[in-house]
Amino acid sequence: MMSRIFFYCTLALYGGATVAYLVYLFRTTPVLATWAHRLIAAGFVAHLLSTIHLSVLTGQLPITNMHQSLSFFSLTIVGAFIYFERTYKVAILGSFVSPLALLAIIVSSALPDEFKHLSPILRSNWFWIHALMAFVSYAAFTITFATSAMYLVQEHFLKKKHFGALFRKLPSLDTMDDISYRCLTIGFPLLTVAIISGAIWSEQTGGSYWNWSDRKQIWSLITWFIYAALLHGRLTTGWRGRRAALLSILGFIVLLITFIGMKHNISW
Amino acid sequence: MNIIVVGLSHKTAPVEVREKVAFSPNLIEKPLRDLIALDEIVEGVIVSTCNRVEIYATTRDIAGGISRIKRFLADHHRISLESLEQHLYSYHSESAIRHVFRVASSLDSMVVGEPQILGQIKTAYGYAAEYKTSGIILNRFLHKAFSVAKRVRTETKIASSAVSVAFAAVELAKKILGDLSGKTVMLIGAGEMCELAAKHFLNCGASGVMVANRTFSRAERLADEFAGEAVCFEELFDHLHRADIVLSSTGAPHTIIGPKDVEAVVRRRKYKPMFFIDIAVPRDIDAKVNDVESAYLFTVDDLREIIQANLAQRNLEASKAEEIIEQEIAQFSRWLSSLESTPTIVALRGKFDEIRRTELDKTLSSWKDLSPEVEKRLEALTVAITNKMLHTPTAVLKQSGQGGRADLYTDALRQLFDLQTSHQDDGELELELEEE
Repeated sequence: MMSRIFFYCTLALYGGATVAYLVYLFRTTPVLATWAHRLIAAGFVAHLLSTIHLSVLTGQLPITNMHQSLSFFSLTIVGAFIYFERTYKVAILGSFVSPLALLAIIVSSALPDEFKHLSPILRSNWFWIHALMAFVSYAAFTITFATSAMYLVQEHFLKKKHFGALFRKLPSLDTMDDISYRCLTIGFPLLTVAIISGAIWSEQTGGSYWNWSDRKQIWSLITWFIYAALLHGRLTTGWRGRRAALLSILGFIVLLITFIGMKHNISW
Repeated sequence: MNIIVVGLSHKTAPVEVREKVAFSPNLIEKPLRDLIALDEIVEGVIVSTCNRVEIYATTRDIAGGISRIKRFLADHHRISLESLEQHLYSYHSESAIRHVFRVASSLDSMVVGEPQILGQIKTAYGYAAEYKTSGIILNRFLHKAFSVAKRVRTETKIASSAVSVAFAAVELAKKILGDLSGKTVMLIGAGEMCELAAKHFLNCGASGVMVANRTFSRAERLADEFAGEAVCFEELFDHLHRADIVLSSTGAPHTIIGPKDVEAVVRRRKYKPMFFIDIAVPRDIDAKVNDVESAYLFTVDDLREIIQANLAQRNLEASKAEEIIEQEIAQFSRWLSSLESTPTIVALRGKFDEIRRTELDKTLSSWKDLSPEVEKRLEALTVAITNKMLHTPTAVLKQSGQGGRADLYTDALRQLFDLQTSHQDDGELELELEEE
């Protein structure tokens, strides 16, 4: 019951923050951004408390069904956003990230929350490492996606010479490229660890490290290759800016497919 | 005492008139002394810039003071008052305070928010203070104007927006390159606007300048000025990849940089963004360069658009600034009117007390065998009577605002009670009010 209350608080606070951030896209009122940030930070605290409460109740991380996973995804996105917003002082990032976090938690609340104990075989440490790493890397890639989208918008303004209010609020191309890159360098190693630990876990439970008929593993690998190519291109031939942004967006779409696909195909 | 302002500015007078009535800063002593030698004028400050000539003064007679200053301006510059008068504006009391606050805050400037005007007024005031032509009121008034200007500067974003092509160029570059430190500027050709922009880029953190010119000696000379590097015009494309910011203004009849060139340059830079500004007419850089990946080309017209947008933003900030100014006017007016009435109140009280004391002494000395107890009571009685009698007039005086009514009351009181208030008290008075 407690975690329900926290959950609805979270939903309301994220909702308020998202509305404020979306209005901030069109209205240049710094107060709006300040309040949006306060709301989302308060939402994050409520969300964290609800997650901790649920973890203590069930004795495991609440990522055992789609309802919980989406909620956890939303939590990591907001956490990553708050970190980058504070580091780079880019309020407008909220207008791009908060709708994603809100969407995740709304879909989560619409799905049934059936409590299942994991069968003892599945309760492997590798599973928890796999899941946690995967979620944090997803959060990093979500920020990459948001800054890439912002990059494309800002680049469009610069190329077409539209110098409106949004142009002023968006940070420099360099800043957005920098955030994208930072997130990529955080997300990629974590994704790598997630895939490897996932493979080990799969060996423990199914007897083989890799199963080519497991769609989740295949999609994870595709995601990994896209981000690997992006990182490689950045480091060697200087894929940055627009190209990097487009590839990041592609990577994020594939990642979403992986994420949504995996829970439907795995029964535990 | 009233504050008056007489002057002309870019809004009321063309440059031909403005230069005729301008005062040379080296020769300001004589006009300042002439100004306060005038019967109607008590204190005076002369502000003279290329955009405005204004005289701030204090006077007891508003209409007389204003017309006297107008004549002073005409006489001093040996032009007819009739031809000058149509360009002159004048303000008094509250509107004069508002005007000076607005001017100092750069709200009345040709380019609103430009920072020079405050320094110019400070200099003008410096002369007046040096030659002692400003006194207690103008001293306080101008210091107030400076603090208002500072408040406007810090509390609104009026000064932060770009004010010129060079500012706009830097602002745009920051939107692309982020922090400008460590960035290199390439100057192609030699136009004044380009040099100005290059200087501004250096001020904002850019670390190096390359100069390319068809005449190599000219490139060298300019490079020296920026402590930069001269580049042979023929070798332009061997160096272009090192530049993050390219400013071009050659007199070439056709474009000198095309999209193919830039594609090669950008590839060599590993697609690090490049910022091009083409100031030349006809253009130096092919418009298609803008379509090249990681290359952003702007012309002067594009920059103008930024400047326009900044102006709109600035007008928004200006209304905030006006609000600040209104608050400060109210505060300053209160001080000014208290300045007016306080000496009168003090003198009035002194007068009453003097009368009370004389009469009391007279009574007491003729009244024998008086117990100290009664003596004390009598004393208290007389004090109470004078206090009661003075209470209402004091309150009314303190409340009557600056200008007409307060002056009328103080003048009437001074005459009715034969009060003497000397200007020598002003110094102490100011200290006293300061402490309040």
